[in-house]
Amino acid sequence: MRREGSKLSIAESVLPETRQFISGNMAVAQAARDANVKVAAAYPGTPSTEILEYVAGFPEIYSEWSINEKVSLEVAIGASMAGSRALCAMKHVGMNVASDAFMTQTLIGAVGGLVIVVADDVGLSSSQNEQDSRYWGRFAHLPVLEPSDAQEAYDFTRAAFALSEQYEVPVIVRLTTRICHVKGVVVNKEAESHETRGFVKDPSRLVMVPGNAKGRIPKMMARDLALKACSEENDLNIIESGTDTEVGFITSGAAYFHVKEAFPDAPVLKLGFSHPAPIEKIRAFSQTVEKLVVIEEVEPLLETELRAANIEVYGKDIVPKIGELSPPVIQPAINNLLGKAGEYNNIIPAQNIFPRPPTMCVACPHLGIYYCLSHIKNTIIAGDIGCYTLGAGHPWNALDTCISMGASLSVAQGIDKGRGESDQNKNVLAVIGDSTFLHMGMQGLLDITYNKGNVTILLLDNRAVGMTGGQNAPSSGINLQGQETSQVDFRKLCEALGVKPERIREVNPYEMPTLFKALREEVKIKEPSVIITNQPCVLTERYSKLPPLKVDDDKCTGCGNCLDVGCPAITVTRRETVIKPNGKEKELAFVQIDTAACTGCDLCTKPCAPDAIIPARNISCDQLTNAVEVK
Amino acid sequence: MKQDVTNILVCGIGGQGVMTAADILATTALDLGYDVKKTEVAGMAQRGGVVTSHVRFGPKVLSPSIVPGEADLILAFEPAEALRWSTYLRSEGLMMVNSYAQLPPVVSIGLFDYPEEPFAQLLEKGIDAHQYDAGHAAIDLGDRRLINSIMLGAIADHLPFPAETLEQHLLARFKVKGESIVELNREAFAIGRRAFN
Repeated sequence: MRREGSKLSIAESVLPETRQFISGNMAVAQAARDANVKVAAAYPGTPSTEILEYVAGFPEIYSEWSINEKVSLEVAIGASMAGSRALCAMKHVGMNVASDAFMTQTLIGAVGGLVIVVADDVGLSSSQNEQDSRYWGRFAHLPVLEPSDAQEAYDFTRAAFALSEQYEVPVIVRLTTRICHVKGVVVNKEAESHETRGFVKDPSRLVMVPGNAKGRIPKMMARDLALKACSEENDLNIIESGTDTEVGFITSGAAYFHVKEAFPDAPVLKLGFSHPAPIEKIRAFSQTVEKLVVIEEVEPLLETELRAANIEVYGKDIVPKIGELSPPVIQPAINNLLGKAGEYNNIIPAQNIFPRPPTMCVACPHLGIYYCLSHIKNTIIAGDIGCYTLGAGHPWNALDTCISMGASLSVAQGIDKGRGESDQNKNVLAVIGDSTFLHMGMQGLLDITYNKGNVTILLLDNRAVGMTGGQNAPSSGINLQGQETSQVDFRKLCEALGVKPERIREVNPYEMPTLFKALREEVKIKEPSVIITNQPCVLTERYSKLPPLKVDDDKCTGCGNCLDVGCPAITVTRRETVIKPNGKEKELAFVQIDTAACTGCDLCTKPCAPDAIIPARNISCDQLTNAVEVK
Repeated sequence: MKQDVTNILVCGIGGQGVMTAADILATTALDLGYDVKKTEVAGMAQRGGVVTSHVRFGPKVLSPSIVPGEADLILAFEPAEALRWSTYLRSEGLMMVNSYAQLPPVVSIGLFDYPEEPFAQLLEKGIDAHQYDAGHAAIDLGDRRLINSIMLGAIADHLPFPAETLEQHLLARFKVKGESIVELNREAFAIGRRAFN
């Protein structure tokens, strides 16, 4: 695999000072700036989150954290209708939320350039499913561009705006994690200016009632044909001839570089403009190679279309259907097809090491909540999307479902209404975070109150979108630019949605006995109740650290109760098996606290019977005062 | 300029500064005129999970991912992680390991075992591995985040460019934080260079 580079990157022909080393996400943000985008909107979601964070650094663009992806797309649509260029970014599952607006906007098309950047989490590094967003282009009759690295993320986003205006069509730029979060050398092109034409009233186009929408469908079909012709000739679809024509590849996105790495001498048709696919160009290319293989992440989309066009190809019949297609995945599949040996032969064999599943942060306010939930009997707990989904794992095992943003409430309502004989005495709970509640959860709460449900809701308000890095949301009262703005009042909101005022409780999650009591009382009451926890995410500036704690080794009895809190700062130093007076064996686990990581939240002291957890150093009076105030 | 692609894999766990170390390596190579790619896959890794960063530089870099068995250098911030990623090293490759172990909660609560003597296992595999307790050294210097600079010092004399060039890039990054922070990192870098060579 080690060899000399065959050609210089574009970047090396330019002045060193213009070569930037940036991620695909930053490249998209810079492209939006240089394309003179006026409005950019998004809801945070891995791996696309940073796009809007970077855009927010360009004051010439209006940018916002929208409350969900549908709202963000509609904001971008409005800006496009006003004649401005607009960008909307989201992760793959965000498109499911935005699709209602998306599927009709395609009939309207774009006025000002409208680009939707969708980032697929191929391999599920931080998602609830794996989706191929290229389907949306087929579904909604609009073009899909697929960059292969950060430079192309910049170039293709710029090209997407031009395409969007030329064909009056929203354009999808489809990224994957390997584009979003891989840094490479990027050189910007000259910025352009775009004139906002102003909103032009045109009901036959902008008011999608049946009569008007019907008239738009033939226009969309005509646009399909024009885009198809554009794709056939487009210079984003390039043929790289190779010396070894035994096998040729059709590929796009991150997979392109993996193919080049694994088969540097093979002819490649690289699709940058991947939908509509340039079928005739591919047909001609297929004549130049002995075998043609489609390498696409992740679904056999193009492969199916090529087979339908009577082009003989190999695809997911030989290449895996799931996950990333790195060189060690591609090479054995192709060698097998060609009847050649030459698998990757590692000198050092792979080794099974314990997993390191993601954990909650040290002193996370959710720790106390899940400790309580794991100690309440007879529960069915519907979960949601966020850091608190980690409550499904060890040591708490206190979540029973997780599906989609906001689903905890509506699923809990269904579990309550659909309960069978064996579940008559079960307490049905829903656990949801502040940002997820505002994203799509509050509709579920309204459904519960309206339909006389019986669900106890834990609304974990840490005033941040924690899982994606602590971004702001309407619950934080701070906007994307870091300015103060209105802050949602959850008590009033829940009341407005029909929860009785006496059934709404606000609890400090670090005060576990209070939280326990509130939970036990509310699950007994056969009507909707909401327990709002009110301590900030430890990743945000709102959180104040307290002096750290340590374990007094002389007092620690090895009971292991503190481990049930699940704080990653607590580790076992030694284990012992003792025989109790009744003859039964008991496992003991003696612990220590990583004082450098501990921020003194005190949660672990609550279950410690011998009071073995003590301040790590002598605390001054000032610190003590501070500690009391914060608590 | 080195004519083929150099592959460096940096591994550790969330919060140890793996990404920063990889970024310093990458930007140093960039300033020397190389084409560079660096993976930055974090996702849930920021919650104490496994973190790796692949840094690849040369005249032209294609895939951003290092293929198993192709890493020239592995910089491991944690001994069990060194063992986990050892399969990425090429047979003549070099491995620098911070011997300071960090146990995840799944090990603490007894679901999994931490490997016994991970460094000895690396040597048994015939790997050219070197270890040093950068964790305690960093804590002794007053800040565990200095593991980063110590580990960069560890590989400084094994790169296709001078150690001083890497040092300059490392220190430039801390310039905004004041001279005392720069000095601490200079000391950490020197400790790494001495300890591993």
